[in-house]
Amino acid sequence: MLKDITIGQYFPGQSIVHRLDPRYKIIITLTYIIMLFAAAKIPSLIPGVIFAVTALILSRIPFSLIGKSLKPIIPLIIFTTILNLFLYDGDPVIKIGFIEIAYDAIETSIMTIIRVIFLIAGTSLLTYTTSPIMLTDAIESLLAPLKKINFPVHDLAMMMTIALRFIPTIIEETDKIMNAQKARGANIETGSLAQRAKAMVTILIPLFVSAVKRAGELALAMECRCYRGDVGRTRMKQLKSGAKDYIAIILTMAFLALVFVLNFAFRNLELF
Amino acid sequence: MATIRTENLNYTYGIGTPFEKTAINNINIEIKPGSLVGIIGHTGSGKSTLIQHFNGLLKPTSGKIYIDDVDIWENKKNIRDVRFKVGLVFQYPEYQIFEDSVFRDVAFGPKNMGLDEEQIKQRVTNALESVGLPLSYLDRSPFELSGGEKRRVAIAGVMAMQPEVLILDEPTAGLDPRGRDTVFSLIKDYHKKTQCTVLLVSHSMEDIAKYADTLLVMNNSEVFCYDKTVSVFEKSEEIQQMGLDVPQITRVFNELKKRGVNIGEEIYTVNYAKKLVLEYLGKAGEKSC
Ligand SMILES: Nc1ncnc2c1ncn2[C@@H]1O[C@H](COP(=O)(O)OP(=O)(O)O)[C@@H](O)[C@H]1O
Ligand SMILES: [Mg+2]
Repeated sequence: MLKDITIGQYFPGQSIVHRLDPRYKIIITLTYIIMLFAAAKIPSLIPGVIFAVTALILSRIPFSLIGKSLKPIIPLIIFTTILNLFLYDGDPVIKIGFIEIAYDAIETSIMTIIRVIFLIAGTSLLTYTTSPIMLTDAIESLLAPLKKINFPVHDLAMMMTIALRFIPTIIEETDKIMNAQKARGANIETGSLAQRAKAMVTILIPLFVSAVKRAGELALAMECRCYRGDVGRTRMKQLKSGAKDYIAIILTMAFLALVFVLNFAFRNLELF
Repeated sequence: MATIRTENLNYTYGIGTPFEKTAINNINIEIKPGSLVGIIGHTGSGKSTLIQHFNGLLKPTSGKIYIDDVDIWENKKNIRDVRFKVGLVFQYPEYQIFEDSVFRDVAFGPKNMGLDEEQIKQRVTNALESVGLPLSYLDRSPFELSGGEKRRVAIAGVMAMQPEVLILDEPTAGLDPRGRDTVFSLIKDYHKKTQCTVLLVSHSMEDIAKYADTLLVMNNSEVFCYDKTVSVFEKSEEIQQMGLDVPQITRVFNELKKRGVNIGEEIYTVNYAKKLVLEYLGKAGEKSC
């Protein structure tokens, strides 16, 4: 159901991960992604895995939630694994009839699986522990240098804030309209493909009508409060970084360095 | 005529998330055919959740719902028939309008039922009459009507399915006082005319007491009481403590009683109050002569 969509959802908390400066959290997450992709051999993935699991434990976000955000990508994982296994050239180490699987294929598959799972888990952790507003504030602050070349950083951030803010509202509304049409006998979950497609129209039209209406109202409300963009605008909540943020980023960099060390140490590794 | 009965009905939102919330807890009620039941309770008490069980939009976390002694979840294929039998008008139903003419939008439900052209036309016309809109509206775009008119078109969309039970979730929310009175009296007339069961959800006692013969009072996800309107008002003190408003006229008479003028009890409509006051004054008048 729609309600089960969890990507981009924020779970409030007071853990150390929640309290990190969001700007640092974004940089840390990017570094973490580099960690996963810089790994050239299976052992080099270990720092990234340990990093993510530690962050997850520190954040006190239940593992089951991360599992939920992983569910939609299972088909993708299976698909890429199959492609990896069979479409890879190399010396076959396993032979079953006409199927030949190369050593490199197995290694690549394992690494891809771990990478994808931890990529999703790590980035979900960022959105689980950072409210959308904080996230866009941080993006605005990180992109601030681009203002010098007249890039509309603030407007972009405001658009993102509004979009993120209204995702739950629109999901809720979709659910409501869907129920209302179901109550009038619309074939949304049952019925043939053609019937379902037709039923989608009965949901999309009301959804668009109210989204356009809401956008107009919001614009009016913003104008009434004298919103005029970036110029002269100050914040009630300033982003502040402190010792914990510096320590966190130093640790992250150390982990990244470790990945390269492991890459070098195991450069000739063959598992079997 | 359909009888709705629930058995230990429970529903919890967001099971397994930090936002887990039991919205209705252990509901056991039976709704008699042909009655006009008011469902009241403060915001968040579980009214909307409860009624979405009656037409199978929500599946109970535990417990059962019977319509005419048939467990509606016994055979999933029949859920759609349940929805035709129990019509539900959501809160702010005007947001569900999607067709470019009033006729087509009202006809959506009957069409889904698989009726033929002639029957559909008949039903749409009847429904539009029931909500007091002129037939000249049939060809107009619903999007250019006023808020109150849109609301009535949406209500007609459910009435046109001629359900045996009609449920309306806060049908007057966001309307002005005149719009409110219009919608309530339309519903009252509809009930009188069709003899259907009507369930009317509201968080305002003031509005609903005038129309409903039975009241279901919800409090914190549970049934506080379910009884004839008169008997419910015996508990007006407790209802007020729950944060629900009781009608102004009830408050006036409770206060009078406290100050030693006992005219009558369980008064919740102005007309009834007027009658009692006149009787009381008449008696007092006789005495003083
Ligand atoms: N879709 C939903 N997801 C999560 N919680 C919900 C949802 N709908 C309602 N609730 C919660 O369930 C409780 C009962 O809500 P509801 O049935 O809408 O009450 P009422 O209609 O009496 O105002 C509320 O606490 C509300 O926050
Ligand atoms: Mg409600």
